[in-house]
Amino acid sequence: MRIVVLVKPVPDTASGGERLRPADWRLDRAATPAVVNANDEYALEAGLKLTEAHGGEVTLVTMAGSAAPETLRKALAMGASSGTLITDDALGGSDTVSTARVLADELRGLEFDLLLAGADTSDGGAGVVPAGVATLLGLPYVSYAAKIEPDPAAGRVRVHRISPTGYDVLEAPMPALVVATQALGEPRYPSLKGIMAARSKTIQTRTLADVAGGATDGLGGAAASNEVVAAEAPPPRAATRVIREPADEAARQVVAFLAERRII
Amino acid sequence: MATATPTYRLTEDQAALRDAVRILADEQIAPRAAEIDRTAEFPWDVKELLASHDVLALPFPEAHGGLGGDLLTVCVAIEQISRVCATSGLILAVQELASLPLLLAGTEEQQARWLPDLAAGRTLVAFALTEAEAGSDVAAARTRARRDAATGDWLIDGSKRFISQGSVADLLTVFAVTAEDDDTPRRQRLSCFIVEKDAPGFAVERIEHKMGIRGSPTAELSFRGVRVPDANRIGEVGQGFELAMRTFERSRPGIAAQAVGIAQGALEVAAGYARDRKQFGRPIAEFQMIGAMLADMDAQTEAARQLLYKACAEIEAGAPDAGRWSAMCKLVAGDTAMRVTTDAVQVLGGYGYVDEFPVERMMRDAKITQLYEGTQQIQRLVIARALTGSR
Repeated sequence: MRIVVLVKPVPDTASGGERLRPADWRLDRAATPAVVNANDEYALEAGLKLTEAHGGEVTLVTMAGSAAPETLRKALAMGASSGTLITDDALGGSDTVSTARVLADELRGLEFDLLLAGADTSDGGAGVVPAGVATLLGLPYVSYAAKIEPDPAAGRVRVHRISPTGYDVLEAPMPALVVATQALGEPRYPSLKGIMAARSKTIQTRTLADVAGGATDGLGGAAASNEVVAAEAPPPRAATRVIREPADEAARQVVAFLAERRII
Repeated sequence: MATATPTYRLTEDQAALRDAVRILADEQIAPRAAEIDRTAEFPWDVKELLASHDVLALPFPEAHGGLGGDLLTVCVAIEQISRVCATSGLILAVQELASLPLLLAGTEEQQARWLPDLAAGRTLVAFALTEAEAGSDVAAARTRARRDAATGDWLIDGSKRFISQGSVADLLTVFAVTAEDDDTPRRQRLSCFIVEKDAPGFAVERIEHKMGIRGSPTAELSFRGVRVPDANRIGEVGQGFELAMRTFERSRPGIAAQAVGIAQGALEVAAGYARDRKQFGRPIAEFQMIGAMLADMDAQTEAARQLLYKACAEIEAGAPDAGRWSAMCKLVAGDTAMRVTTDAVQVLGGYGYVDEFPVERMMRDAKITQLYEGTQQIQRLVIARALTGSR
């Protein structure tokens, strides 16, 4: 199977150093180390498991800053075979529509059976790019996958989609875009051999002009349909009351506290 | 002006491997460390984890399924694991130590026979040199290997003591006396053999109850007429002592790495505690007496680490005084680990003395690094002899 996984480098939330640039309220990506977006790792893990079961390989596609190869290596170390990075100064500040269009333009040139994506990213958090890509490419869009069962011979994929009451079982012809969830299983740790191997895997770098040809109108930061006009830090948290009592007594006090405020 | 030597910082590969091992250690091994210490059971799950992530493959050549990591890379991995669990760090250190005779003096055939399983972590190996009456005085060993004239096999009789992981290993690298008379020079009395644990006559007599590295079983082993084919002899007859010394040149940095890791782990716990713990209305880190202790701990740990890394580079480059580098890094790192862990307990006060925090375990674990693979006194002897040319 040929599987493409959409991945994005995001600031490492564990570093605690995330901040916005006061000049344009955009994320200061130089301020923190980048990691592969956690939800994308679930998609990648699912892709790797599928190729282990059905053969084939996983490739990565990302639109990110020029420092992204360092982060992509981590995804390659997990087992993806190669990656494509679309990077261009003009793409900084792109909105989700523009991002989806650029990714779709790149994906038109690739052959794949499944396109996997994470549910959303920990930096942008919009969660609409996969749906946009599927729409632009005319692919079946199956979200919230808890289980992905492709039938390569029949050219179809069956997906358990999480629903409020359990899950729906959907079937779609391939190629299809499937949005992964954490229910697919924990991402693996890269093995040391994987890390060494990743250093010699190919990461192809493409510019906006490479991807979109002459049709760059409406793409990139300059064409963004929205603008951040202000940003404020959340107010500092009010004083915290810590209850250090045995479980029974602690539960009683928590219940009393919530009841007093009519929360329960 | 020459540019800095390329060995003075970790390479990108080494840094990437270090980070990967650190994540594995923090997320998968650290949560097990207290239990491993309490139960004193060998952590088979950690061994599997290290095997499946190729950590155990680091010291072995690529031709035999290893990663071909140099000594510094192996030590960086031991350091990162020992930072959270000294017992777990020792799994890699012992696998390397006991494989070294095979790596240094094994024939291509012998390497092809045993190294792939060792690199994959399918088999474990232990280093059986020390005896009850032959500790620092290695050449005083009494375990004998006698040649069976009819078959050419060797028959090993004797016992070994304080053998790390001796009870869980599949293979034992055993040093035995092959000299036939008392006139043989001390350095030519021993030979080295690989014994398989299923060999008739081999038995694990008992496991020691230890102060630290409690999950690493330290065994007393007995050999009663254990028959070993000549094909299992590593190196030439009579070259065992020299082989053991060459092994220590490369293995002592592994123990230094364990010691640096333990010190770093204790330092991190102490610094974190000092930031959180409030007395007299403010974090104790703000008291200069605590800050000074932490600063000394950090500086000493970093100094020990840099001596270790430099020693690895010198040994790997084939420095003529490799034995001196090896002894110096183990000496400094072991003493640093003991001092830093003791101070970490002090920073935590009463909390440091109870098992609610890991520093008391780290202090107990640190002590062994001053004892094994040559006591600190033996390291000083090696250094002094290298310095003065005395024997």
